[in-house]
Amino acid sequence: MFKYLKQLTSLVAMVAVLFTFTTETMAAKKSKTLKNTQKKGFVRCGVSQGLPGFSNADAAGNWTGIDVDVCRAVAAAVLGDANKVKFTPLSAKERFTALTSGEIDILSRNTTWTLSRDADIGLTFVGVNFYDGQGFMVRKSSGITSTSQFKDGISACTNIGTTTELNMRDFFNSKGISYEPVAFEKADEVVAAYDAGRCDTYTTDKSGLAAQRTKMSNPDEHIVLPETVSKEPLGPVVRQGDSVWEDIVRWSLNAMIEAEEYGITSANADSMKTSDNPAVKRLVGAEGELGAAFGLDNEWSLRIIKQVGNYGESYKRNIADTGILPDRGPNELWTKGGILYVPPAR
Amino acid sequence: MDLKLQKIIPQLITVLVVILVFGFFTYNAQINMENRGIDFGYGFLSQESSFDVQFSLIEYDGSHSYFRAYLVGLLNTILVSVIGIIIATILGVIVGVARLSPNYLIKQFAAFYVEFFRNIPLLLQIFFWYFAALRALPLPQDADAILGVFFLTIKGLYVPAFIWENLNVFLYSIIAAIIAIVVIRIHARKVQETQGKQLPVFWISVGLIFILPLLSFLIGGVSLSFEIPKLKQLATTSFKYEGGISLPPELIALTLSLALYTATFIAECVRAGIQGVGKGQKEAAASIGLNPNQVLKLVVMPQALRIIIPPTTNQYLNLTKNSSLAAAIAYPDLVLVFAGTALMQTGKAIEIVSITMLTYLSLSISISILMNWYNKKIAIKEK
Repeated sequence: MFKYLKQLTSLVAMVAVLFTFTTETMAAKKSKTLKNTQKKGFVRCGVSQGLPGFSNADAAGNWTGIDVDVCRAVAAAVLGDANKVKFTPLSAKERFTALTSGEIDILSRNTTWTLSRDADIGLTFVGVNFYDGQGFMVRKSSGITSTSQFKDGISACTNIGTTTELNMRDFFNSKGISYEPVAFEKADEVVAAYDAGRCDTYTTDKSGLAAQRTKMSNPDEHIVLPETVSKEPLGPVVRQGDSVWEDIVRWSLNAMIEAEEYGITSANADSMKTSDNPAVKRLVGAEGELGAAFGLDNEWSLRIIKQVGNYGESYKRNIADTGILPDRGPNELWTKGGILYVPPAR
Repeated sequence: MDLKLQKIIPQLITVLVVILVFGFFTYNAQINMENRGIDFGYGFLSQESSFDVQFSLIEYDGSHSYFRAYLVGLLNTILVSVIGIIIATILGVIVGVARLSPNYLIKQFAAFYVEFFRNIPLLLQIFFWYFAALRALPLPQDADAILGVFFLTIKGLYVPAFIWENLNVFLYSIIAAIIAIVVIRIHARKVQETQGKQLPVFWISVGLIFILPLLSFLIGGVSLSFEIPKLKQLATTSFKYEGGISLPPELIALTLSLALYTATFIAECVRAGIQGVGKGQKEAAASIGLNPNQVLKLVVMPQALRIIIPPTTNQYLNLTKNSSLAAAIAYPDLVLVFAGTALMQTGKAIEIVSITMLTYLSLSISISILMNWYNKKIAIKEK
């Protein structure tokens, strides 16, 4: 009988362990994500599998891009070091599951903010770090210069699991053109297939087209058509249900944009502490107690600006200087004719 | 009584643990989903899918429901599995027999094929056939016609479409031929058992299967014409073929790589089966006056099949499950369409993944049941 007693004890122990886990998940603690991040010592960030300008790893495994900079900003704010980020490359298909299942804490992966994603599947969008729209790329030699020249039977390469697939249908249906959608799981394969001649056009967000063009065997042979067929506000996403964490990510991004508005850069951030403008002083932590609201110290935004830079610096470093989209277009500050406008940090 | 109890208690505990673990995960998932505001339910299946699919066996576009999209994916998976299984079986039997050939060159070639294809990961082979072979194919405007009517291009294989008139009469004639053949075979067997005479069943069968459909053309009013694909210009350097039937390169690359890969394993099953029949069996059969054909058909194969079928069933199952690698090269199978696009658009991860798993399970079990039935049929029947 002793043998079964042993089995029974181990069973009881197992059940006990299971139930402690259950109570752990049930307990609604104030920003569990922040607590866990500080305990782990790094921010878990989901990025793309390689989109130049947004999130792309170099040969040494260092990630750069404006999406990457959002995560680096959060790391600077909550951990004091922008380099304390663990990046997880995700396909379009995997990204939301990775976030909702808790594998990552921020999804910063050129993700379009839509109603159904925001409301339906346990996600919360915290802002927009790039205003984009869907476009089409074709071979120059095809002679096509506008989407109005598309004809019945055109084949279009794209990614699965993106808003692109839906917009594409809306676009071709509204024009009454029949088309052949060829949808791949990974962006690299879309590029390879389009480059090989499998498709007549490649469609995705225009920033993506510009970035992927640099990966083609001969980038000069391809053009992006002028038409924009959809609104694609891209931004970072967090899990629903942790409003403190949501605020930290939102205001880390906002701080970068507002820093540009007030002319605070990574170079001059320290000297701005003695500025006459109270808004500037608040952003560099010389006035007010803004950080306390998230459970952070007062220099959270100063660290973001010093270590990552303001939005303009990030854009210039990642997107303009790399030749992807030198013109900022709508992603210019509202004061300079763009639509970047964030609520005041006060 | 004690002994019985001792046997039952561990089993009860196991069942209890399984239930508890399962219950824990379900409960936990429920709580987590509730916390994050995710609803659970299968209602989305009737909603409009609003995405299109490249290749479908049934009528489908984005205005149909998610359930219809599921069927599209399922049928595409079945299509690629069935074609793959047929090609893999034929190729596997040929290669398996070739490995036992007395001809040195054939034997070595078959051995090389088996070792080469079964030792390279399948996903790599799929990429090779799709991306390497795709680049080697001509653009539609540069493609030369094969036999005047087939066009193999980077955008797919275009074949002529059959246009039938009175197709039903033609089908009836084939059914009639098959029934006639079955009747003749039964009759021939009776004749052999009672009179010891052998009728030329094979030649009669061949004659019937050709003559009856031919008659349907001559007097049944059946006619057949072909629609040959024609080149269509989309833009200055952009072309495609219209008319006829187009097979997307994704389907061809996937079927080819699945068949070539699985055929190596089937070839080994076949070789094992034939080698598993004792040499004495063949010699004994020959000694009672059977010719080599009869030896193979009446003595070797029935015994070899018993060894071949069970492991081959596994290979069929593997091929079906491996077809889910389709997502890598844009073939719209169940995983790409349903567990890919539909999952992303609805966010119903648990529902869709559970449906997909159940579907693959049912597919596999169906194949198993079918093959087990066949295995039982050919098993030694002891009297």
